[in-house]
Amino acid sequence: MKRLAMILFLGTCITACGGGSSEGTTTASETSSTENTKTAGGNPSYDPNRGEGKFTKVELGETLDAAMAANGQKVFEVKCVSCHKLTSEKLVGPGWLGVTERHTAEWIMNFATNTDAMLDKDPKAQAQLEICLVRMPNQNIADEDARNVYEFMRKNDGVK
Amino acid sequence: MKNYKLLPVAVFAFSLLLGFNACKPKNAGSAVSSDAAAKTYVAPGKYDEFYNFVSGGFSGQLSTYGLPSGRLLRVIPVFSVDPEKGWGYSEETKPMLNTSHGFVPWDDLHHVQLSKTNGEYDGRWVFGNANNTPRVARIDLKTFRTAEIIELPNSGGNHSSPFITENTEYVVAGTRFSIPPDDVNGDVPISTYKKNFKGTISFISVQKDNGAMDIAFQLRCPGFNFDLSRAGKGVSSGWFFFSTYNTEQAYTLLEVNASQKDKDFVMAINWKKAEEYIKAGKGRKQSVKYAHNVYDEKTHSSTSTIKTEVTIMDVKDFPDIAYFFPCPKSPHGCDVSPTGEYIVGSGKLAALIPVFSFDKMIKAIAAKDYIGNFDGIPILKYESVLYGEVKKPGLGPLHTEFDDKGNAYTSMFVSSEVVKWNIKDLKVLDRAPTYYSVGHLCVAGGDTKKPYGKYLVAYNKITKDRFLPTGPELSQSAQLYDISGDKMQLILDFPTIGEPHYAQIVAADLIKNNSTKFFKMEDNKNPYFSNGEGGTKVVRTGNRVDVYMTAIRSHLTPDNIEGVKMGDEVYFHVTNLEQDWDVPHGFAIKGALTGELLIMPGETQTLKWVPDRVGISPFYCTDFCSALHQEMSGYVRVSPAGSNVPLKFGTGKIEPTADSVKTK
Repeated sequence: MKRLAMILFLGTCITACGGGSSEGTTTASETSSTENTKTAGGNPSYDPNRGEGKFTKVELGETLDAAMAANGQKVFEVKCVSCHKLTSEKLVGPGWLGVTERHTAEWIMNFATNTDAMLDKDPKAQAQLEICLVRMPNQNIADEDARNVYEFMRKNDGVK
Repeated sequence: MKNYKLLPVAVFAFSLLLGFNACKPKNAGSAVSSDAAAKTYVAPGKYDEFYNFVSGGFSGQLSTYGLPSGRLLRVIPVFSVDPEKGWGYSEETKPMLNTSHGFVPWDDLHHVQLSKTNGEYDGRWVFGNANNTPRVARIDLKTFRTAEIIELPNSGGNHSSPFITENTEYVVAGTRFSIPPDDVNGDVPISTYKKNFKGTISFISVQKDNGAMDIAFQLRCPGFNFDLSRAGKGVSSGWFFFSTYNTEQAYTLLEVNASQKDKDFVMAINWKKAEEYIKAGKGRKQSVKYAHNVYDEKTHSSTSTIKTEVTIMDVKDFPDIAYFFPCPKSPHGCDVSPTGEYIVGSGKLAALIPVFSFDKMIKAIAAKDYIGNFDGIPILKYESVLYGEVKKPGLGPLHTEFDDKGNAYTSMFVSSEVVKWNIKDLKVLDRAPTYYSVGHLCVAGGDTKKPYGKYLVAYNKITKDRFLPTGPELSQSAQLYDISGDKMQLILDFPTIGEPHYAQIVAADLIKNNSTKFFKMEDNKNPYFSNGEGGTKVVRTGNRVDVYMTAIRSHLTPDNIEGVKMGDEVYFHVTNLEQDWDVPHGFAIKGALTGELLIMPGETQTLKWVPDRVGISPFYCTDFCSALHQEMSGYVRVSPAGSNVPLKFGTGKIEPTADSVKTK
């Protein structure tokens, strides 16, 4: 009886230890495996031109919407100008000149509003991070503001 | 965390495998069962099930732990300055610690109460009391920041506080040290205690929508020591119960002289009745002076208003609002059961726990079953109010909380144990040792109408050998017990800040989803807010220099400032331009006779600096924010008084500019 109790107790101890550590391992491997499937390379469904976020198709006018661009400039002056110049010169982040030619509107607006997720998986965003070494802050820009900022970028890139 | 917990278990199992039998319980540490680690283990990245708000005692602060892990989540500065968070150092927070005596940098926070709706926690605010310079604070549980502090006139030693009513209608505050009222000449011999000293109970109203506090009225009571209190609930709604000691009215060597009588009193207050009298204009206006301090989340700054009047009622003039009933030997805790039917008095020098019946008390009042009166207040007969006594519970009962199964748990200071007993039959069911000398205890939801049960934490006054030695002073220990079964089971020790008194345990779900992540810049109404780097500037007004500065990963704007002179007072108004969770920036400058600023995203905070020497003073961000955090710094050039160095400022390059001109 005493022996049986000992065996049971040992079993409990081992299970307790094993259970504890395996839980830890599972959590770790789950995280890394999810990350793997989420990286752009490992996931053919990821569209590197669009990025990841709520914007799938952004309608652009033939000509500049000056009112939208003006609103976008206001947001830029509060939330973006600390790190981005309007020339091609890098400050903390890359200069904005030509940005609308380097990326699609969807990519830019997704990056601006879903920053952390894209920094974790988007190849172009990750390449920039290697240069700048500062993760772009999520500045909690509203959808409408993101669109206005994009229009301001178009203006900066010479769209009339 | 995990490794430390599992290590002893693993070693134990391993030694068994090797055939050693080194596992005989030898000391208190061995009293822990083998599954304790699993019960308190919260995996990395996982949340705890409960928040535990724990008073910081003589630290003056409020700590927040996760349970069952015992992990310290945050220390919220309340009544004491906290240079780490700029609390009491930034211009915006200095008014929070103002009192009628001026700026008080320290206090002693004893008790913690979560706001309630229908007698259950609602997760909106937590209140704390200042024992030394009597005040009550309200902490907002969206921001985990002290939102309001109100001072209490006519009071000394605010101890029976901040206990609250079922729907947070009132927070009470009772004087532990009776004193002459504020509006009379207090320059009297101490030996005139009986004649001149009065006890005061304050009822602080709390606005339903925003929590704003106001002293609704004060009750003037006989001069003795009001210790602890609890509101009635359920059947006893509308009543409040206060324990008292020193009904001997001693004023020296209280240790002996306040322990003469066999019984002191519990004071029952019919606060609904008192409220009616106040509404009917029965109160008397008294001229006093007290501070009321409010922190505004929009201006990110606080204001302190000195108020000059309070409404007071002398309980002896209103015979139906206050009653005494005797309670053995200097009662401490005075705790009300979940149904509100029973009031548990804990005579700290008594060898039994009296349990009083609310129903019997009402009947005794109706029958005028008095044994006399004290200062005109009727004293009910002990036996007429008593439901029963818990016999031989242990030594030195202090505090009682309740579980979800009809049981009560009382801390026993002298015999160092927690005793579980049944509220109905008053039989002792279990006792568990504490290490050592437990003061307060706390059951999850244990003062509500619907306790969660599950866990109990004992807050011990003596630590001795529980943790690695750290010199003469040791962190006081908290001990977590699993109370879900018939037997209480010790599952964790963890250290605390200051000296913990009361604490509360609340389901994390009530709070965690409401947590503020950042302050919207659009809503920032601080008068020194810089709306983006374009809004930064340096303005001189006489010898006052206002620096409108911004912080964002990873630079400060402006980061070069020249033209500051000896004799100037420089105010750095730093706006954190980040709009994301968990990205505070810090600010500090060499030689500043103050703390740092810790600025939350979207917030503006101000540091005052008076340069004391000519030269260059570096400043920098103190909170590691990005890979280029080490680069987040700048310089101020200080020139002699009367120097003609012009005011210049900027980031990137210095451009000579006039006052108030915007930089780019």
